[in-house]
Amino acid sequence: MEWFARLGRSTLQGLAGLGRAAYLLVGALVARPQLKNIPLTIRQMYVVGVQSLLIIIVSGAFIGMVLALQAYTVLVDYGAEESLGPMVALSLLRELGPVVTALLFAGRAGSALTAEIGLMKATEQLSSLEMMAVDPLRRIIAPRLWAGVISMPMLAIIFSAVGILGGQVVGVDWLGVDSGSYWSVMQAAVEFDEDIMNGVIKSLVFAFVVTWIAVFRGYDSVPTSEGISQATTQTVVYSSLAVLGLDFVLTALMFGTH
Amino acid sequence: MNSRKIEVLVGLFVALAAAALIMLALKVADRGLSGNGETYILKAKFDNIGGLKVRSPVKVGGVVIGRVGNISLDDDDFTPVVTLIIGKEFDKFPQTSSVSILTSGLLGEQYVGLQPGFMLDENDVLKPGQYIEDTKSALVLEDLIGQFLFSRNND
Repeated sequence: MEWFARLGRSTLQGLAGLGRAAYLLVGALVARPQLKNIPLTIRQMYVVGVQSLLIIIVSGAFIGMVLALQAYTVLVDYGAEESLGPMVALSLLRELGPVVTALLFAGRAGSALTAEIGLMKATEQLSSLEMMAVDPLRRIIAPRLWAGVISMPMLAIIFSAVGILGGQVVGVDWLGVDSGSYWSVMQAAVEFDEDIMNGVIKSLVFAFVVTWIAVFRGYDSVPTSEGISQATTQTVVYSSLAVLGLDFVLTALMFGTH
Repeated sequence: MNSRKIEVLVGLFVALAAAALIMLALKVADRGLSGNGETYILKAKFDNIGGLKVRSPVKVGGVVIGRVGNISLDDDDFTPVVTLIIGKEFDKFPQTSSVSILTSGLLGEQYVGLQPGFMLDENDVLKPGQYIEDTKSALVLEDLIGQFLFSRNND
């Protein structure tokens, strides 16, 4: 009996959390566009986007380089080292670009968002905003949500571009694959709509999910120091799991049929 | 940090992302130079298309002039019908042209090779939607081996 009670309680709690998350999303997004909030969004884009650039560029370059190095050792056995270009470009554009960017973004920017909003809640800044008849969903949550959704696809594009250049540095300049065939075989294999745009769509979905989880965990956190630390951990864990799970679903929908 | 500096940095960030997208579009996918021109359609019936796929290239002497648009099965005689999408600038092929399904290299991708025929009359060009009569099917390795074994047994 106790077991059923626990099952019921956790189901109800899960559903209530989902409801609060949906309420937060509707409250933040469904509103008349407020021009005075655009500077706030730009400031948040600086925090979540520009400040994530360094880690995105560095990890993009190294992942592209290591991809080229690993693929080369296998491909050269079959005399197929010309296929290095499409190998690096397709893995980056379709999978690694969106997914690794989302994981890094969850660790770098998502956790910071959760901690910031959680601390605002703990120090009762959100309640004070409500006291002054300012809706915290519009003033605090919406700019952060939009900034994340706008920034992450751009970060993923930069990640892929830097990774392909990194693959060129290792493949062409170091291992001696012909530069012409690296690019021309890549150009023959990569489709703009099929590969690049599907990667951007993936990244948009991840951006939405990761930022939503981050702001909701912060907004919903228990306003104590322990609660904030838990919420930050949950943000990183839940968004990573959501990204990896969604990636499989999206890949199956986009590339699985042929 | 003042808001002016933040705006400049965010602007640089957006410009960097736009530059990366343009680089991906032009240098990685090569969008600007192929596949946006006007096209017309030719059709061809084969006995066997082997591993031909949609978007496989159509080549004349190694030059890509178009792509495979659609592959379907004829309702009446159950032979594969391949629709070829050819660039508008290549619209002067004679009706006596032949198409065959070829393989690039020993194990490479399959493509459609178009062999232009003789021009008997100025008006004998292939018109959009027309069937190319002279077709050669893909070589299927198993059939070749089967024929080889069969001819060995006869000796």
